[in-house]
Amino acid sequence: MKPRQQRMLAIGLAALGVAIAAGLSLRAFEENMMFFVDVSDVVAGDYPDERTFRIGGLVVADSVEREEGSLDLRFRVTDMRCELEVSYVGVLPDLFREGQGVVAHGAMGADGVFVADKILAKHDEDYMAPEVAESMAKHVEDKTESLRAGQSECNPQ
Amino acid sequence: MIPEIGHFALILALALAACQAVLPMVGAQRNDTTMMSIARSAAYGQFLFIAISFGCLIYAFLHDDFSVLYVASHSQLALPTPYKVSAVWSAHEGSLLMWILILSIWTMAVAHFRGDRPQKLDARVLSVLGMLSVGFLLFALLTSNPFERLIPAALDGGDLNPLLQDPGLAIHPPILYVGYVGFSVAFAFAIAAMISGELDQNWARWTRPWTVIAWSFLTIGIALGSWWAYYELGWGGWWFWDAVENASFMPWLIGTALIHSLAVTESRGLFKSWTLLLAITAFSLSLLGTFLVRSGIIVSVHAFATDPTRGYFILTFLAIVVIGALILYAWRAPALDSSVGFGLLSRETFLLLNNVLLVVATTLVLLGTLAPLIVEMTSGGKISIGAPWFEVAFLVPMIPLVMLLGLGMHTAWRRQNTAPWQKLLRLPAIAAVVVGILLPLLFYGRVGLMLAVGTIAAVWIFFSSLIQPIRSWRRAPGNAGITRSALGMCIAHFGMGLFVLGATIVSAFGIESDRSLSIGESVEVAGLEFELRELRDVTGPNYSAIEGVIEVRRDGEFVTTMRPQKRQYLVQKSWMTEAGIYPRWNKDLFVALGDQLGGGAWSVRIQYKPMIRFIWIGAFVMAMGGLISVTDRRYRRRAIPEPAV
Repeated sequence: MKPRQQRMLAIGLAALGVAIAAGLSLRAFEENMMFFVDVSDVVAGDYPDERTFRIGGLVVADSVEREEGSLDLRFRVTDMRCELEVSYVGVLPDLFREGQGVVAHGAMGADGVFVADKILAKHDEDYMAPEVAESMAKHVEDKTESLRAGQSECNPQ
Repeated sequence: MIPEIGHFALILALALAACQAVLPMVGAQRNDTTMMSIARSAAYGQFLFIAISFGCLIYAFLHDDFSVLYVASHSQLALPTPYKVSAVWSAHEGSLLMWILILSIWTMAVAHFRGDRPQKLDARVLSVLGMLSVGFLLFALLTSNPFERLIPAALDGGDLNPLLQDPGLAIHPPILYVGYVGFSVAFAFAIAAMISGELDQNWARWTRPWTVIAWSFLTIGIALGSWWAYYELGWGGWWFWDAVENASFMPWLIGTALIHSLAVTESRGLFKSWTLLLAITAFSLSLLGTFLVRSGIIVSVHAFATDPTRGYFILTFLAIVVIGALILYAWRAPALDSSVGFGLLSRETFLLLNNVLLVVATTLVLLGTLAPLIVEMTSGGKISIGAPWFEVAFLVPMIPLVMLLGLGMHTAWRRQNTAPWQKLLRLPAIAAVVVGILLPLLFYGRVGLMLAVGTIAAVWIFFSSLIQPIRSWRRAPGNAGITRSALGMCIAHFGMGLFVLGATIVSAFGIESDRSLSIGESVEVAGLEFELRELRDVTGPNYSAIEGVIEVRRDGEFVTTMRPQKRQYLVQKSWMTEAGIYPRWNKDLFVALGDQLGGGAWSVRIQYKPMIRFIWIGAFVMAMGGLISVTDRRYRRRAIPEPAV
C-alpha cells in the first residue's frame, strides 16, 4: 500500500470506529443514565416514571423496620425537609446506619414507597456523597423558609 | 526533628529537580557536554533526598509520632507494624510522596541503564523527567506537606481506615504507581524526540522496554486492586466501572496501544507520529486519573477527602503538560513521518486495527467516566452511568480486538502471502470454534451466543499463541529458536486468553444469593448446602469480631468450613465485613455475613464464582510476558565508546 492509501485507510478505519462507537453509546446512554432526584422532589411527585433513578439523604433515626428473620427491610430517608419510605431486600453495606448518609438505586413502587435494588454507603465514615450533602444543604434552607412562612416543613411545589 | 529533616530533604530534592530540568536541556541545545552530564548526577541526588524524605515519614509512622498531623490522622498505637508502614501511602499526602519517590526511581533507572543511547537524547529525557518532578514536588510542598506538625501532639492517632488494613491493599498502590508513573518515561522520550526532531527505529528500541515494564506493573497493579475489591469490600464482584477504576484502566488501554504501535515503529519505522501521540496520551491519562482521585470531583468509593486547591493544582499541571506536549506535537511531529508502504494483509494492518480498537475502547470509557461531570456542567442534572452501559460499550471494540489478535500474530511484516497464512491458521481456528462451544457445554451444561463468543475467543487466543513456541521447540529442542521478545508476546497473549476465559465464565455462570440463616439452618446455593453451625466471638489485635462457622456440603459430603467475620475496629468503631472464601483453581465459594435480622438469624451473601481466579492469573501472566520480552538481547546493547574529539 502506498503511504497515501495507508493514511486514507487509517483515517477511514478510525472514523468508522468512532462513528460506530458514538452511535452505540448515544443509544445506550439514554437508557443507562440514572438521575439523582432530591427526596423532596420525589415526595412532590416529580421523578422519572418507569425507569430507575437514585435518591439520597440521611437514614431517619428509629425508622429501620424489619420482619424478624427476614431480609425484607423498610426505612425512611430524609433530605432534612421531606421523608421518603424505602423498601429493600438483601444484605446491607457495612456503613449503613440510622442517622448516616445513604444513596439508593431503584424505582417508585405503586404505594409511594421507593423500591431500592441497591443501597450504597461509602468507604469512609466522614465521607458523604457530594450530591447528598448538596441536596440536604439546599433543603435545610427551604425548610427554614417554609417554617418561617407558617407552613408545614414538607410542602414542596 | 526527623520530620523537619524529611521536609528539608524534599526542598533540596526540588532544587536538584530544577537543575535537572533546566541545565541538561540547555546543554543539549548548545552541545555542551558538561551541562548535559549534570543530568545523571542530579537524578541520583534527587533520588537520595526523596528517599531520605520518604524514610523520615516511615520513621514517624513507626515511632507513632502523633505530633505529625498526617501520622496522627492515619495511624494508631495498636496498629500492627506492617500496616504502620503501609499507612504511609494510605492517604493523599503520603501517596503523593510515594508517587514522587517512584518517579525518582524511574529517573534514576533511566540515568543508570544507558545502553547505546546518545548523550543528547539522555539529557533531554532526564530533563523532561526533571520538569515533571518539579511539578509534583511543588504540588507536595505547596498543597500537601506530609510533615505538617500537629501542636499540641495527639495522644493517640485516629487509626487507619480498616478497609486498608489488608496485605492486598498494602501492595496495590505502590505497584499501580510504578505503572502509572512509568508512562512518564515514554512521555519524556516522546518529548525529547520532538525537540530534537530525530525519531528513528533506534528511538523506538530505546523507548519500548521502559514502556513495557511500566505497562506490566500497571497490569499487576490493576489486577491487585480488582482482587482486593473482590475479597475485601465484601461485594464479590471483580470490576465495577467505578470512576477511579476507569482512571487506572484508561492509561492501561492506551499503554497497550502504545506498546503495539512501538513495535511497528521499531521494526518498520512506521506510525511514528502516532506513537508519539499515544505516549503523550498515556501519561496524560495517568495525570487525569490522579486528578480524578484527588480532587474529589467525581463520586467514587475511592475518592480521597476533598480539597479544591489540590484539584486546581493538578488541573493546572495537567493543562500545562497536555497543552505543552500537544503544541510541540503539532509543530514537530509532521516532519517525522516516513513514507514506507505495507500490504493490506500485513502485520502493520493488524496492529493498526489493534490501535484503532483500543483507542475506541478508551474513548468510550472516558466518555462514560466524564459524562456525569459534563451533564452536571451543561444541564445541572446529576446523573450516573451504570455498569451495564460500560459492559456493552466496552465489548463492542473488544470482541474484534481479541479475534484479530490471533491473526495478527501470524502475519508477516510488509506483506503476507494468503495461501500459507490460511493453511497455518485454518486448523487452529476450526479447533477453537469446536472447543469454545464444547467447553461450557460439557463443564457447565449450557451455551449461549455471547458465552460462546467469549470462550471461542479465549481458546482461539490460546491456540494461536501456542503455535510459535511449539514450532520453535520442535525445530530445535534445547536451543530455543524463538526470541525472548516473541516468547514474551506469546505468553502475554496467552494471559489475555486466560483473562477472557475467566471473565466470560464467571459472568455467565456466577451465582449470587442473599439469604437468611439461623444457627443449625442450611440453604442450598449452586448445588451446595451451606449450614450455619455456630457464631463465635473472636478478638484480633485491634478489632473484635463475630465469626460465623459455615459448613459446606455437597450431597451430604463435607466440602469445607468457611469462617466469614464481621469485625468491629476498636478505634473508629466501624464495622467491616471479612468474607470467607474457599478458593479453588476452577471456582471460588464466597460467604459474607450481613446483618442481624432478629430472632437469631443473620443475612448472609453466598456466591459461587467459577473460574474467577483466571481473571487475576491471566493479568499476572500478561505482565510476566511483558517482563520476559524486555530481556531480549537487542535491548541490552551497550554503547561503543565514542572516539575522543
